[in-house]
This record gives sequence, structure tokens and C-alpha cells, in this order.
Amino acid sequence: MKKIIRILIAKPGLDGHDRGAKYVARALKDAGYEVIYTGIRQTPEAIVKTAIQEDVDFIGLSLLSGAHNELFPKVVRLLHEQQADDIIVLGGGVIPDADIPQLKASGIETIFTPGTPISDVIQFIEANRERVSR
Amino acid sequence: MIDLAEKVLKGDVRAIARAISWIENNRPEKEHLIDALFPHCGNAQVWGITGPPGAGKSTLLDKIIEIERRKQKKIAVIAVDPSSPFSGGAILGDRLRMQSHATDEGVFIRSMASRGHLGGVAQATSGAIKVLDAAGFDLIAIETIGVGQTEIEVVGLSDIVLLVLVPGLGDEIQAMKAGVMEIGDIFIVNKKDRDGALKLKAEIEYVLGIQFADYPEKMKPIVMTVASMNEGIEELLTVTDDYFLKISNDGSLQDKRKTYLKSEIRQIFMQKVSAHVNHKYKFENRLDEWVDEVYQKKKRPYSLINEKINLFLRECNWL
Repeated sequence: MKKIIRILIAKPGLDGHDRGAKYVARALKDAGYEVIYTGIRQTPEAIVKTAIQEDVDFIGLSLLSGAHNELFPKVVRLLHEQQADDIIVLGGGVIPDADIPQLKASGIETIFTPGTPISDVIQFIEANRERVSR
Repeated sequence: MIDLAEKVLKGDVRAIARAISWIENNRPEKEHLIDALFPHCGNAQVWGITGPPGAGKSTLLDKIIEIERRKQKKIAVIAVDPSSPFSGGAILGDRLRMQSHATDEGVFIRSMASRGHLGGVAQATSGAIKVLDAAGFDLIAIETIGVGQTEIEVVGLSDIVLLVLVPGLGDEIQAMKAGVMEIGDIFIVNKKDRDGALKLKAEIEYVLGIQFADYPEKMKPIVMTVASMNEGIEELLTVTDDYFLKISNDGSLQDKRKTYLKSEIRQIFMQKVSAHVNHKYKFENRLDEWVDEVYQKKKRPYSLINEKINLFLRECNWL
């Protein structure tokens, strides 16, 4: 039997625009994944603790307030401190193209900007299935 | 593997989370894991929180955690939500209402999808309880999926069942009387600030009054709360403590746990027997042939089945 992949969809930062996160959560459910949704305004600390307790394979961060350069890498850093580097982090939201290389360098594996078809997200997850089948 | 069990016993959060995943994914190592942990189980109180969707189970639990944490208790929550029967996926959103405890080291919250299991909990719930119990949590709360009439497996799993009801469900409460009304040890009328709360309480009293007419001392407590406003929670916890003390002292807690263990061992034994039969007797291969015979009305179903069972038992030297 194929392992059921677990994904945390979390919104760090202070914006309350959760439509995108909810859309992605729902679409990933329909794609057969178990999606843990924590709601808006989560600290990086809360996100990392949640990810560990839920033993997720991926964390999807959604942020539309512009604080991504600060908060996304902080999640990766905290995961590293908890020896939880095996959790794959991806980001989404209004992220300027210019910021993407730097975010990737800090350990965010991929960034999905507005207009990305959900099939791209699913493709990314499936491409990494082997890595998370532990 | 033994390593993982040792880490769980030390309360290592990653190990606890991973152990629950192993059980959920039915990994072969799960049996050794549970056997390694089992001698350390039995110290936690297990509460089942159940009730219809939207009754306020998660919010109530959030407030319960808040108060019990002041008593330095370590608390674990297993929040069960349904898996989609179509995609197999799930949105697990119960912890949304408990996220204020996300960074508290003394609280562990795990969302669990039902993965096709009926009964209001998941197949893995009882194994996950053992992991959390062995890891040293004082209180383990199981939040079921929103229940109707048959999602009552939580009764076996837990020491105490809190049944959360709300006014405004109308006839649905009437319909639930047969199933769900029988499973609560403590009844909670949540959202008591809403119209119809007193009427609901009276209805519950009426139903329970008939049920316990001959044993009024067994009458179950009803507590009124507004979970979102933190009203009535302290009272609820007093009632719960009293109830737990009572069942600990009169032996019914021990009986209940033993009864559940019996049902668990029976179920696992039967599953394994059936797996062995499948494997050794190549049951699935033979089945097609049998179906053809019955379908074409060459044989009648019970005659065929009894004949095959007799042959099977003879092959096993049981006859």
C-alpha cells in the first residue's frame, strides 16, 4: 500500500488572507493527502512544533504580508535545530521573483506564486514521494 | 526499533509522533513497538469527547487543556476527522481551535484521519493511546469525528465519555437517543447561552430519568457550558474528577479496561487467524470457484460453505 503523505498547511505572519491556503488544503485533500490546517497567524515556533507532533512529510507555508524573507527561513532553521530536516518545506503567496533564489538557498525547496496550477504542487509532492517514504 | 520505544518512554516528542505514524501505517514493526510499551501503560486517564459536528468539542477541549495545565498535568489529544471515501485524503482541522497550546511542552496534539474506519475513531487510535500512555501523559483526550448513531467505538477506548450536545439540533437529538445518548458518562449542554438550552437539558434529564428510573444513584451528570466564553468548564472538571474517583473506587474502571482489552485481543486474534487461513489455504483462489458454483445454482450457499469448512477442518486435522 502506498504511504499516505501528511502535509501541514500553515500561515505564518500577521496577514489574514487565508483563501489561498484553504484552497490548497482542499485541493491536496482531493489529491489523497492528509492535510493538517492550523489557521492564520502562526509563529514559526508553533508551526515547527505542530509539524513534529503531526509527523508530517511536508510543510506548505502561505504568506501574503511580505514577511517571507524573515519567517520562511526561520521555519527551516527551527526544523534544523529539532533535527527535523527531513521535513520538506515549500512556500506560496505573493513572493517577488527576486526573493526566490535567496529563499531557496535558505532551504525552502520550492516557491509557488499566484496563478500556479494545483497540478504543479501535486507534481512536486509526488516527485518527492521516495524521499519521505521512511 | 527498540530504540524508538526507549525514546517514547523518555517522552521524546519526535519519537512519539513517529511511533504513532508507524501504527497508522500498519508497519510490521508496530507489534514489537506496542509490546515494548505495553508494560508502561495504564497510568493515564483516557477521556473520549464526542458529539455531533459543530457541538464545540475542540473548543471545549481547548479550555479543558488550559485549566488542567495549571495543575501541571501533561495532556495529549488525538483528534479524529474523517477521510474522504473518494480520494482517501483528509483535512484535519480540529487542532485549529487548540493551537494556543502548540508551543506548550506539556501538550501533545495529534490529528488523525479515520482512513475508512467506521466507529468515530481510527483503526490506529487505540495503539496511539498506548504510545501516549507509555510516554507519560496524565490525560489523553480522544476527540471523535462528529457522531450520529453508530460512531460509538470511543466508549471502549476511553475511561470516561463526555458527550457534548448543543441546542438547536431539534429532532436530530431525538434521533440520537437510541445510539449516542447511551454512551455518555457525563453530558454537556454546550452553547447554553443559546435559545433552547434549558429545553435540551430537560430533554436529556427526561431520557436519562427513564433509563435510570430504578437506579437513581446511577443518574448521569449534566453540565451546562459556553466553551468559547470559558463558562462552566471548572464545574465540568469537578464533575469529571468525581466521576473518575467513583469508577476507580468501585472497580468499574478496572472492569471497563479489562473488557476493552478482551475485545482488542479477540479482534486481533481473529484478524490473524483469518490472515493465516487466507495465506495457507489460498482462500481467495478457491473463492472464485465457489462463487461460480453458487452463482450458477449448482450448489446452495450454506451447503457449500459447510461442506468446505468440514473439508478445511479435516485438512487441519481438527476433525
